[in-house]
Amino acid sequence: MTATLAHSHGNRTGTPPERFTSSDPDAFEVPTGREEEWRFTPLRRLRELFTPFEPTTRITGEVSAPEGVSWAIEPLSPAGVLAPADRVSALALQRAPQSFVLRVAAGARLDDPVLVTGVASPGIGYEHMVIEVGERAQATVVVDYRGSATIAENVEILVGDGGSLELVSVQGWDADAVHLSAHAARIGRDAHLRHMAVNLGGAVVRLSPTVHFGGPGGRADLIGVAFAGPGQHLETRLYIDHDQPDCSSDVLYKNALQGDDARTVWIGDVRIRPVATGTNTFELNRNLVLTDGARADSVPNLEIETGEIVGAGHASATGRFDDEQLFYLMARGIPEAEARKLVVRGFFAELLDKVPVPELHDRLVATIEKRLAEVAGGPA
Amino acid sequence: MSVLEIRDLHVSVKLPDGSRKPILAGVDLTVGAGQTHAIMGPNGSGKSTLAYSIAGHPKYQITGGQVLLDGADVLAMTVDERARAGLFLAMQYPVEVPGVSVANFLRTAKTAIDGEAPKLRTWGKELTGAMTRLGMDPAFAQRNVNEGFSGGEKKRHEIVQLELLKPKVAILDETDSGLDIDALRVVSEGVNRVREQGDTGVLLITHYTRILRYVKPDFVHVFVAGRIVEEGGPELAEKLEAEGYERYLSGAGGRA
Ligand SMILES: Nc1ncnc2c1ncn2[C@@H]1O[C@H](COP(=O)(O)OP(=O)(O)OP(=O)(O)O)[C@@H](O)[C@H]1O
Ligand SMILES: [Mg+2]
Repeated sequence: MTATLAHSHGNRTGTPPERFTSSDPDAFEVPTGREEEWRFTPLRRLRELFTPFEPTTRITGEVSAPEGVSWAIEPLSPAGVLAPADRVSALALQRAPQSFVLRVAAGARLDDPVLVTGVASPGIGYEHMVIEVGERAQATVVVDYRGSATIAENVEILVGDGGSLELVSVQGWDADAVHLSAHAARIGRDAHLRHMAVNLGGAVVRLSPTVHFGGPGGRADLIGVAFAGPGQHLETRLYIDHDQPDCSSDVLYKNALQGDDARTVWIGDVRIRPVATGTNTFELNRNLVLTDGARADSVPNLEIETGEIVGAGHASATGRFDDEQLFYLMARGIPEAEARKLVVRGFFAELLDKVPVPELHDRLVATIEKRLAEVAGGPA
Repeated sequence: MSVLEIRDLHVSVKLPDGSRKPILAGVDLTVGAGQTHAIMGPNGSGKSTLAYSIAGHPKYQITGGQVLLDGADVLAMTVDERARAGLFLAMQYPVEVPGVSVANFLRTAKTAIDGEAPKLRTWGKELTGAMTRLGMDPAFAQRNVNEGFSGGEKKRHEIVQLELLKPKVAILDETDSGLDIDALRVVSEGVNRVREQGDTGVLLITHYTRILRYVKPDFVHVFVAGRIVEEGGPELAEKLEAEGYERYLSGAGGRA
């Protein structure tokens, strides 16, 4: 039983095509919840991020990097890719005490993935990270967050001409964490970025990936996996700005929701500027609602400003794991918990199969199954 | 050697507003190992209700009576326990399960029923064998369960499961409806292969005598207004085909 969410091209309910950006935090009002970009977000759980604060925690951790990679903690050094689109991002870009900078040398072909494990202890903090992949370099980077904190973060991603980056960003926070993060990527000529967001933990996680192109021929694949449990708010606001000709983008985000007040929000804005002839883009958001009381919002948005494109499309579907499906599986001897696992595993498989590190893949599958079991047997 | 005993079964359907509507009004039926029982009756008389109640669908509430499989209380079991105890229901309207491949589904079901995973070495062959015998392209194994299957393909898939899961008692709810002439033969042969193994009792719900020419019943029951009103041999089916249910309906008060 699949319900397709109503949306339309003409009658826009989403974000205006020209985004307002500023590096001055005061250029943004303190959100009231009525603003388009905040209307889905539970503001009372992140009030303290709206005014400047003295950081009391930071993300610390380990980096495991093969040859060809250098990294450093530097004084705050914005890379110029990210233009803050909201107050929290602007505050973080202004006030982060330092930058974590990871560079992959031009032409390097990494033998192993770069693993960045970040742990935050309770407190509130600003973060800034730069991931720079040189020309013609090829890299896989996993950024794996855990712990419990309130974090405002900006991540800048640069993929040089002809380069290729596969980035996996795992939000594996403890249940009480709050994490607002803007990821901004610039993809060079004939370069490729695969950006994968995995949102599993945290009380409120709001991730805003934006992409623009530094030259023709670039490709962006944005994929996402989220599992929202009771009371959890997981939000993705992505914006792909086709501002160069002959680039392509492909978006697939899947969210599963289970339990009372489990909530996912997915905003997918794609803009094809007049200069971006030869663009090919498709975005899809699928949501699987496992129990009553959970809610998935989905707002795909496509602004096409040139007729000379290869293709452009979007779709969004929210399906429900219903009693009839459960009955059918159980009538074949499959216990209820196993039946739910089967459905959720099947739902996420095509995305999780793309996780480039086998141990991470297995851990993510196990985490999702554990989360699934948390309310199984409870009221459905 | 198994036996399914249905004794004085009363069932109501739960309506969305919380009230109940009585459907089964005292069903008595015993299906022994290796026997085939056909149930025929007008639309709405409660045949699917009987099938679903035995399988444990939550929409139905048992208000009286017993169902025993080899003496064990089926009604006290959860849906999955019933299946693992040896009951199988081929559904009139098989359910689509998006995101779960047929291959994964069948392996999980087989593992659950047998209590151990099937041997990797032989399972693949067993699966493609069963699908091929039922005229299902093995490529279906990679598709999602029943998703986008035609009506006939769904029915074939039910019988593939019957062959693989080897239940003690199989209830086939209008498995023949919606099948073309060739598919009806193929599906009937599948049912017969299971019967030839000797042990499986079959309860076959149908509107048509055509399938009964392939799958010869030992007994035919006429089902009207929530109960069995007449029993006989295969000749009873021919008589129903010729005469319809008219004379039972007037007697039963014409619920349908
Ligand atoms: N939710 C419901 N609300 C009202 N009546 C219901 C509901 N569910 C089932 N019924 C009724 O229960 C009765 C028995 O239905 P059932 O599906 O068992 O009949 P059947 O004998 O299998 O019919 P058919 O030959 O058409 O398949 C029907 O009158 C049906 O309308
Ligand atoms: Mg029926």
